[in-house]
Amino acid sequence: MISVSPNSASEKLDLANLTDEQRALEIKNLSLYYGEDRALHDISMSVPKHGVTAFIGPSGCGKSTLLRCINRMNDLVESCKVKGDILLHGKNIYDKGVDVAALRRRIGMVFQRPNPFPKSVYENVVYGLRLQGVKDRRVLDEAVERSLRGAALWDEVKDRLNASAYSLSGGQQQRLVIARSIAIEPEILLLDEPTSALDPISTLTIEELITDLKQKYTVVIVTHNMQQAARVSDQTAFLYMGQLIEYANTDTLFTTPMEKRTEDYITGRYG
Amino acid sequence: MKQWFRTGKPWIWLTAGAVSVSLVAVIGLVLMIGWRGLSFFWPTAIHQMTIETTTGETRTLIGEVYDSEEVPIDRVRQSGVEVDASEGELITRYLMKIGNREYVPLDFTWVVEPTIIDDQTPTDMAIIERTKDGNFYGRIVAIEQQGERIANHQESDFRDVLFERVERAVELHEQGLDLQEDEIGRINYQLSELGLEERRLKLEGQLTEQALAELDAERERLQTDYQQLEKQLFAIRDKASRDTLIVEDFRGEEVAIPLYRVLDVNFPNDMHLLAKIGHFFQQIGKFVSEPPREANTEGGVFPAIFGTVFMVLLMSVIVTPFGVVAAIYLHEYAGKNPVTKLIRIAVINLAGVPSIVYGVFGLGFFVYMVGGSIDQVFYPEALPNPTFGTPGVLWSAITLAILTLPVVIVSTEEGLARIPSTLREGSLALGATKWETIWRIIVPMASPAIMTGLILAVARAAGEVAPLMLVGVVKSAPMLPVDGNFPYFHLDRKFMHLGFHIYDVGFQSPNVEASRPLVYATSFLLITVIVGLNLTAIGVRNHLREKYRALEQ
Repeated sequence: MISVSPNSASEKLDLANLTDEQRALEIKNLSLYYGEDRALHDISMSVPKHGVTAFIGPSGCGKSTLLRCINRMNDLVESCKVKGDILLHGKNIYDKGVDVAALRRRIGMVFQRPNPFPKSVYENVVYGLRLQGVKDRRVLDEAVERSLRGAALWDEVKDRLNASAYSLSGGQQQRLVIARSIAIEPEILLLDEPTSALDPISTLTIEELITDLKQKYTVVIVTHNMQQAARVSDQTAFLYMGQLIEYANTDTLFTTPMEKRTEDYITGRYG
Repeated sequence: MKQWFRTGKPWIWLTAGAVSVSLVAVIGLVLMIGWRGLSFFWPTAIHQMTIETTTGETRTLIGEVYDSEEVPIDRVRQSGVEVDASEGELITRYLMKIGNREYVPLDFTWVVEPTIIDDQTPTDMAIIERTKDGNFYGRIVAIEQQGERIANHQESDFRDVLFERVERAVELHEQGLDLQEDEIGRINYQLSELGLEERRLKLEGQLTEQALAELDAERERLQTDYQQLEKQLFAIRDKASRDTLIVEDFRGEEVAIPLYRVLDVNFPNDMHLLAKIGHFFQQIGKFVSEPPREANTEGGVFPAIFGTVFMVLLMSVIVTPFGVVAAIYLHEYAGKNPVTKLIRIAVINLAGVPSIVYGVFGLGFFVYMVGGSIDQVFYPEALPNPTFGTPGVLWSAITLAILTLPVVIVSTEEGLARIPSTLREGSLALGATKWETIWRIIVPMASPAIMTGLILAVARAAGEVAPLMLVGVVKSAPMLPVDGNFPYFHLDRKFMHLGFHIYDVGFQSPNVEASRPLVYATSFLLITVIVGLNLTAIGVRNHLREKYRALEQ
């Protein structure tokens, strides 16, 4: 048995042949239709544990759609139909009888625009815990501190936990949303262009945070910013027109892409 | 000119003009009703007029000038009054309230100006408010205590003695009323409950000797209490009937008015401005806090205010959950298909159904069917007397709740639609079910919109009269729907309503002239009540808006 050190970004993983311990998630022949339109074409890939996996590609390539498949957010879209499997611990999340709410507790998600609830900072963080019926004030207090520290926000808001979440700046709000997600200790954290609505300094803070987060969580991030993907991710998948063109370790993909289309995209020829 | 049209300025003028017209209309309405309603409470002078009758005799009138108008001479002649004036001339005539109902056929009379020989406002003219027969106008000459004159109007301290005695009489009168309404009322209520209890046991076949004995003992006890209280009441009445006012009326005759029937004595001709202002507010206070007297033509409107507010609150309690739940289903759960669309259109159109139709529906369905069934099942002992199978405040509230349901549904749905989908997703992504998301995020955020719906509903319901006439409003309700007898809220009772009160006083009363100022005052009060209810709701809404400010982001 080879033991893989989880946070060694330098260690190259063989993405095509991950062992079960290394794999957080396996996507198998996934296709998605919006009515008659096919948005994803037969995508297969494995997401390794405790790393940052980035999806890049031009607008409309299906990278957000793919991300939203992973925690079944696409269920909300009425005309949407999914074929293929996504395996979490060997079980297909699209099987009948899967508790979607329980699944989403294990696979958290952060969206493009900060979306804190109209509650206090404190109540935002404990929202997920309250849903699970946690009432013990001490447990909640601990979770708030742990999550806010985890999201690098504790020092900024520890004196105003009861202030409205809307009193925070955009970047703080986004970190609050991340804190809210990690408060319920998910296995996987999905980030859907988390910095696209933020200023450069907030973006930098969040990027640093992402690097910290992978110590504990498997992170999947969608970004249209290639520099960001290069900076924060360990693996990168390039999608184009609903197809997975190339999936490799980030250094490899950005330095020696196998595919012509990948090279064209990362060198800015289209997209 | 064309250029001017193209600048868009005409549109600005047009729109601003429309706003101005609406504003002027609303302000004018409120001012007119407010002025005429409030001036009713201002003390007016008592005139002593000497007029010449058609037969050449003179007679004296004492009273307040209520109104005056200009009429053509012909009309005056047609009504049988001879005056010296040329054809086609306009002459003034005054409407006098002369009171003293037991001595004149009508307590209002028209006086044509040329017939007035003399017009004075003597300072010793008094207006005496009485529990029966309306106001009495005249000069108080003496006070009698058990048939003996103890004070004469020439004496310098006469008024002090008078006011002291009046105060005592009013106090005793109130004591008597309290006793009658509170304690004796309670005993009467308990006695009737006992009767119902006995019938119930009989119907269930459980009326054993022992139960009967217990009931009889209880009844015995209540009867004893009753007799004791009755004795107290008689004692109070005895005490109250000690004094009598001797008043010189318009005929110059001395009339005895027992003081226990006097509610207030005033000398408006002898009041300075400050006293008038004090009297004004005192009258308003009486108007809003006292029950009506004499077929609603005298006294206050407290039961009507209470009934209106209570019914509207009850309606809000019913309509809000129903409307919100229906809107949530329509917006969140119902499929987006033609059937849902049809339902939505039907709901919106419900708002356009004439309210009397709701009244008929409420009477047929709620009162007779539902109420009748409730009586059969829960109150068989009271039959054939209906308990809920008769119009009452509960049925009124439910009928108006249905009437206002579309408003609440529509505005709640609009509120739900305005909530950003990112917030729903945020909640779902944390492992909340759809229901949890709706309950914890969506409904609180839609609460300002729900309040808007409620405000519109209250505005509509508080002003609605037509359906209420069928399902629960009465001219005069002996008891309020809330009192000190268990179970405190009596939703089966009929109630009084300001809107209906306006209609009743203005158009159904025996003396329309007498009640016209009351109509204005009641209208003004109804507007005030509705505005008050709405302001409360708006305050709550603003607070909620402040709390859930996400939408403005």
